[in-house]
Formats: sequence, C-alpha cells, structure tokens
Amino acid sequence: MNASNEPPVVMSGDSSSVIMCEEDADTIIDINDLDLTFETKDGPIHALSKINLQINAGDFISFIGPSGCGKTTLLRVIADLEQPTRGSIQVEEKSPHDARLSRCYGYVFQAPALLPWRTIEQNIYLPLEVMGLSKREQRQRAEKYLALVNLSGFEKKHPWQLSGGMQQRVSIARALSFEPDMLLMDEPFGALDEITRDHLNEQLLQLWAKTQKTVVFVTHSIPEAVFLSNKIVVMSARPGKIIDVIDCGLPADRGLEIRDSHEFRAIASRVRDGLQEGHADD
Amino acid sequence: MTDARMIERASISQKLWGGTAGPVAVLVVLIVIIWYAGSVYLNSPFLIDRYNKNNHDWTATELAQDAWAMERPVLPSPHQVAAELKKTIWDKNVTSKRSLVYHAGVTMSSAMLGFVLGTILGILLAIGIVHVSTLERSLMPWVIASQTIPILAIAPMIIVVLGAIGITGLFPKAVISTYLCFFPVTVGMVKGLRSPNRMLMDLMYSYHASRAQVFWKLRMPASIPYLFSSLKIAVALSLVGAIVAELPTGAQAGLGSRLLSGSYYGQTSLIWAALITASVISATLVALVGRLEKVTIKHMGLQV
Repeated sequence: MNASNEPPVVMSGDSSSVIMCEEDADTIIDINDLDLTFETKDGPIHALSKINLQINAGDFISFIGPSGCGKTTLLRVIADLEQPTRGSIQVEEKSPHDARLSRCYGYVFQAPALLPWRTIEQNIYLPLEVMGLSKREQRQRAEKYLALVNLSGFEKKHPWQLSGGMQQRVSIARALSFEPDMLLMDEPFGALDEITRDHLNEQLLQLWAKTQKTVVFVTHSIPEAVFLSNKIVVMSARPGKIIDVIDCGLPADRGLEIRDSHEFRAIASRVRDGLQEGHADD
Repeated sequence: MTDARMIERASISQKLWGGTAGPVAVLVVLIVIIWYAGSVYLNSPFLIDRYNKNNHDWTATELAQDAWAMERPVLPSPHQVAAELKKTIWDKNVTSKRSLVYHAGVTMSSAMLGFVLGTILGILLAIGIVHVSTLERSLMPWVIASQTIPILAIAPMIIVVLGAIGITGLFPKAVISTYLCFFPVTVGMVKGLRSPNRMLMDLMYSYHASRAQVFWKLRMPASIPYLFSSLKIAVALSLVGAIVAELPTGAQAGLGSRLLSGSYYGQTSLIWAALITASVISATLVALVGRLEKVTIKHMGLQV
C-alpha cells in the first residue's frame, strides 16, 4: 500500500509532469494554489487562500495557527470532508474523494467520538465491520492496535469507564486499525490536561516511529507542534494562508526533556515569530 | 438518645422519604380526604332538599353518612368505588360480562395491537423523514395536522368506514390507538435518528460507510433512548385510543362500554371504577416500558 512501492505514474503525458513525478516520488499529498470560500448567510468567508504544500510519505507534519486560520479546514479538505473552491489537491496521486474511498487515511477528531453503546473492542471493530473484514481479523486487529496504544485489558470496558486520555488513545487505535497510509489528527489532545497531553505526545511519537505512517497533525500549541513534527506549517487567519514551513531536525529518539534544549527553543521561537507576523497582518 | 440511634432513625425516615413510597402514600391520603369532602359537598344539595321535604332535622354527621351511602350519587365516596371494584374484579368470574377484568382485557388487547402498529408506523415514518428530505417536507405537516383533529371526532368515522368495508371487531379500535400512538414515536425517532453529532457522521463518512451501515451502526442505536421516551407516552395514549374507540360505537365490551353504561344508568361508581382500572393499567404499562428501558440501556452498556 505504500506510495513508494507503486510504479511511478505518468500523470498527464507531457514531459514536465514526468520529471515532477521523478523528483517527488514520495510525495503523498500535493496541494497547489488551493482556495476555499465558504458561502454563509453573512456573506462569503475566505477560509483558505493560495495554499501550496507538499507532504512526503512518512512525514509528521503539523499545521499550527490561531483559531479560525483554516488549519482544520485544510485537514478536512485532505480528508474529503470539505471541497476546495479553486486549485488542485492530490492525495496519493488521487483526488481526495478517491483517496477516501480507498481508505487512505484514518481521521482522529478533537473528541474521541466513540460510540457509547459499544465496548472498546467493538469501537475498534466499527471501521472494520464497515470495510467487511472477517470476525477473526477484526479481533486480531483490535488486539494488536489496542496493545499498540497500551490499552490491552480494556477490551470489554465501555467508553465512559475510561479517562479522556484513554478514550483518545482508543480513537487513535481505531484510526490505525484498518491500516491506512496516513493519520489525519485534528487537535486530538486539545481537550486534555497538560500532563496527559505530554504523556500522549511521547506515546504518539513512539507510535509514529513504530508505524512509519504519514501524520498530519493540527494544533494550536507551539511546544506540541515542535516536539512532534519534522515539519511545521505556520498559518495565519482570514484568509487562512501559509506563512512559513519549518523543517525541524530534532533527534528521532527525543523525550520530553528536549523541550529545554537550545534547538527546541530556536524552532519554537521561529514558529512564534511566524504566528506574530501572521497576526500583524490583520 | 445516643448519637448512633439518632443516625439510625434518620436513616429510616430517609428510606421512607428517599424512595417514592412515602410521598405517594401521603398524596393518596390527601386525595382520599379531598374526595370524601367533595362527595359530601356535591351530594348534599339533593339530600338537604329531601330532608326539607320530609321535615327532617338533620345533623352534619347524618348528612355525611347519607352522602357517602347514596345509591346514585353525583360523586360516589371512595369506599363505594372500592366496593364496586371489589365486586367487579374479585367476586365476578373473569369470563363474566360483569367482570371489570374481562372488560379491561378487551380494551387492553386492542390497545396493545394499536400500540405495536403505531410504534411500527411511527418508526417507519421517522426513517423515511430522516432519509428523504422530500418526505420531511411533504409528510411532516400531515403528521402534525393529524394530531390537531380531535380523536373523538375522527374515531366514529374510522369505525364506520372500516365497518362499511367489512372490517369490524378488534382491528378498527386498534387503528384509533395506532392513530394516537404513531405521533410521539415519529417525533421522538426523528430526533433520535438525527442525534449523532457532526463528528460521528464525518467519522462514518471517512470510512465510506453506506447509508444502511450508518443507519444500523450509528443512527438506530443512538435513537434507542429517544424511542423509549416516546414509547412511554405512546403506551398511555394507546389505552386512551382504545377507550375512546369504544364510546361512539356502543361497544358491548371494554372499559369504554362500561363508562357508557355507567352514564346511561346513573351508576357513577361504575364509571369511577372503570376510570380507576384504566389509570392503574395505564400506570402499569408506563412502568413496564420504563423497566424495559432500564434493562435495554443497561444491556447496551450506556450510563444510566
């Protein structure tokens, strides 16, 4: 299923696109000149403006910006939950619609979004049932991915018996259970307390290292973005546009203590500068 | 008194007042007292008239005793109604035409048939309304309009029309219960089927789930608590529907026919006995649905 395993596809026939394919062999999401305007009763809202972004397979990329900057909207465009007004977007060299149909991504929402009448393992079964996996396969997947998020032994519990952080881990396991290439995460730890959040950040980083998934992560926390990502996209509000794309070269086996390091603070301050610059615009 | 004993006493009174038994008992006593007083007040004009005609000197005690023992009272006293209940429930064979149990059974069977049909109809309408926007616009106004027609006006029409095409007996009565029952079920189920939030709908969309899968895995289970709230209203209405259906047709059996014959012959205690039986059945049915709700919610693993 990995994009890099597929033969290079000639997109439209002319020589330039062939070269593009050669260069960006591992580009998993390719966004060009994307605009999105919502039509509302109070008039149009320009949510995204001239977004150009390439995301490589295996990236952990964060969208950071103030509320209303369109970072969630951009994630929803990738997930085919919103339609762009102009421009193009390719997810695994397909339209977002086709990518969704081929179950390319698992989406993790701001809230755990678990079904309260299902047990934890039955919640993991949900996408697997929809996709028609056998009962045996469902059980194996649930066992495997609950172990991956350190929730073995909670299979028969109901969501309300788990803490908020545990519930969110279940929803991550559920998103991984059908083994998509990408994980799209929309402020998944935004509603949790800071201690739980730190803990989950560490776990998520380990999970990323283990699974090699591409993760697109929306957040408004600078330390969270710097700690988790190898690429940070700084956005500004109204219309939402990209101010800065920062590559972070922090060591792969980093722990929370890295937040006290010089490199970490240098990146964080660049993100902050970007956010302030975006703020000065309006 | 030691502290421990005081605590024990407190806990006994808490047990009495914490549950429903204590408050309900007090309310029943109050109602009975008001009832006895009302019985004297409403029956006394006739009695005083009679005393005056006979030049009889009367005392308050005598008036009360006579008021509570009248043969055709305006308002029978509680013990008269209790005696009527005892006579028609305990002393009569259940197959007898004079047994309230027999009449209650007749009414119950059409109420239950109507309840089942109304629930099915209500759920089907709700499913249609939630899934087809044309149906919502075309059907919903009719669903609401149907409930503005007084049931007393439409009940004889339904009985007569169905009778004309050869359908008689249990079914026409059940149809009237159905007519009352489907409405709360439709309204509750439309709300319940729409209760999954945007996030859950997006989640199913991201899985590329079919409409049927969204319905069976998300909408239907989410609507169960709403369904039960509606069923509690519907089950009480089903009994009302069945009784009303028995009134205009001069039915030979059923609680409705008892109400009618009671009013023909001025047998008010008979009317009250039938009314009390109806309300006890209704309360029992609502409690049964409530019990079923608790069991189901617990079985689904939802927090009560």
